[in-house]
Amino acid sequence: MARRRNLPLLVMALAVIAVHVLAAAAGKPQYLTQLTMAGYYSLVIVGLTLLMGYTGQISLGHAGFFAIGGYTSGLLTTYNLHSRSSDTLVSLLRATGLLVAGQDLYGGDLLVVRPGAACVIALLVTVAIAYLVGKPVLKLRGHYLAMATLGFGTIVYKVVLGSSLVGAADGISDIPAFPLFAGLAVTGKSALRTQNYYLAWGLVLGAMALLTNLIHSRVGRALRAIHGAEDAANAMGVDTARYKLQMFVLSAALAALGGVFLTHYNGGIGPSEASIMKSVRYVAIVAVGGMANLWGALIMGVLLNFLSLRGSFGSYDDAVFGLILLAIMLFAPDGLLRVELVRRLPGLRRLWGRAP
Amino acid sequence: MSLALLFQYLVAGITYGTIYAIVAIGFNIIYNTTGIINFAQGEFVMLGGMIGVTLHAFVPVPLAIAGAVLVTMLAGALIEMVFIRWLRRPSVLRLIIITIGLSIAIRELALLLWGEGVRALPYFTGTAVTSFSVGDVHISPQVLWVLGISAVMVAALNFFFSRTLLGRQMRACACNREAAQLCGISAKNMVTLSFVLSAGIGALAGCVISPITYVQYDSGTSLALKGFTVAILGGLGNSMAAIAAGLLLGTLESFSIWVMPAAYKDVIAITILLLILFVRPSGLFGNAEAARLKEY
Repeated sequence: MARRRNLPLLVMALAVIAVHVLAAAAGKPQYLTQLTMAGYYSLVIVGLTLLMGYTGQISLGHAGFFAIGGYTSGLLTTYNLHSRSSDTLVSLLRATGLLVAGQDLYGGDLLVVRPGAACVIALLVTVAIAYLVGKPVLKLRGHYLAMATLGFGTIVYKVVLGSSLVGAADGISDIPAFPLFAGLAVTGKSALRTQNYYLAWGLVLGAMALLTNLIHSRVGRALRAIHGAEDAANAMGVDTARYKLQMFVLSAALAALGGVFLTHYNGGIGPSEASIMKSVRYVAIVAVGGMANLWGALIMGVLLNFLSLRGSFGSYDDAVFGLILLAIMLFAPDGLLRVELVRRLPGLRRLWGRAP
Repeated sequence: MSLALLFQYLVAGITYGTIYAIVAIGFNIIYNTTGIINFAQGEFVMLGGMIGVTLHAFVPVPLAIAGAVLVTMLAGALIEMVFIRWLRRPSVLRLIIITIGLSIAIRELALLLWGEGVRALPYFTGTAVTSFSVGDVHISPQVLWVLGISAVMVAALNFFFSRTLLGRQMRACACNREAAQLCGISAKNMVTLSFVLSAGIGALAGCVISPITYVQYDSGTSLALKGFTVAILGGLGNSMAAIAAGLLLGTLESFSIWVMPAAYKDVIAITILLLILFVRPSGLFGNAEAARLKEY
């Protein structure tokens, strides 16, 4: 059983390498840049699949968590504390090595939070917010849950759009690279393109390993019970409120992780990352993948995000995702990547019937 | 803070609040007959305004408004028949996502047809600077148009639901779908009718408010959120309470400019929505005991 579960992970690792080899052979290394970005978006998507598909709780505010992660890390690593270096708090932070000094483009002194520390703080902030929001929100069901999460997402969007601290409509730019170890850094520089590609997909692979194990565990069975019939699960002794909250926080943390890394990779973040259309896009991808189907969501997520980042949809980007959402929910609410759909096609069914 | 300024804010709040209430009534009509929250409700308001402005290029204002309402009603019927009517026992999640998809599709279509520009019908009487004074308070005649037309609309809806056969059939469906069907009422037709009605009142609201707020391809989203807030605040399904809740939200929002930058105006409404969902999902005027039977 365990071996069967690890097989897709192995296939995925091989596919990641194969794509790199193919891109290199075809002389299109720039594809790796978009695939790296698609990888970070995939973190949001697999987390949301866990929440929507397996736990049965819709969230129309996950772009909010992505943005909270990205913006927190971006703000901390660009906000200059130099003029306040005499403050007790700042000097205390400096003594603990959390700050890093440098110089900006014009040679001015710069004192900002170290990216590693900023990343950890961003994740902690997101987890705290997800916990505080999730606790009351997850008591709601159906339309109410959808509207409440939509409301949360809108608040995040309006706040980042209206705050001059985070650059209002312009967002934050000039976010420094995020050095990890041995010369590896999260940065959009083309010299480190391949390394960053593997870093992003290593993270996605790790997230997939975690999530596939989770859904096949006792927790996973509890989640499916909640999805099937929450009251019944509750009556059987499943602590539904706790599980729902845990999955909400976990999926928010994955979204924030994607947000932090993509922000450092791109060197900037803007309010559009927090917009409701982004949240809807994530939901659309989870739906196309088949709701309770981690691998389906991952495949469709990479495909659609890659096409979108390549600009294949032109100015119809939002329209494409809206129509995908509509078409899937009307004709194939179980997702595209399902065998049942193929069987349901009338022409094929006749063939099916004739076969012995 | 002078008393005059206080009233000035109050008038603005009541004007916006009326529109929120109309959107909320649109939510309620569809919710009562189907149990669906139509996330595309704000788009009906936007469509009404946009079509009204377009028609105004050819015909005078009253005809343009009538045309816009009719076209939007047709669009509402079409949307229900194409996307909702034939679904067999759809889950709530599926319906939520379908109406969200619809709202995006309508918005993008509007972007394609009308572009990003901001549009408006002309003021029904006078111009943007025409006003009459009550003491020190200046009121635009358009405010009276908004209040008057909304009041007539609410009265007409009331008459429709309580006095006409069709309205009573709709209410019967809202009460008990199976029993209504046993009496020979076509529940499916009532659902279509509920979409037609709420598209119509949304479009009318979009036309009368457009001189004041302007209309743009994406102005439906925030209206839908606020309309929903008002619907919840009053108690989902209760249209008379929605009017009170609408005036309350509009006024609160209007006065919020004192304490917060205008950029955060929408945040106020949404925070109220979240608070009311957490604390009292049956609404301010709703019956908590009856609400316990509903699924929140």
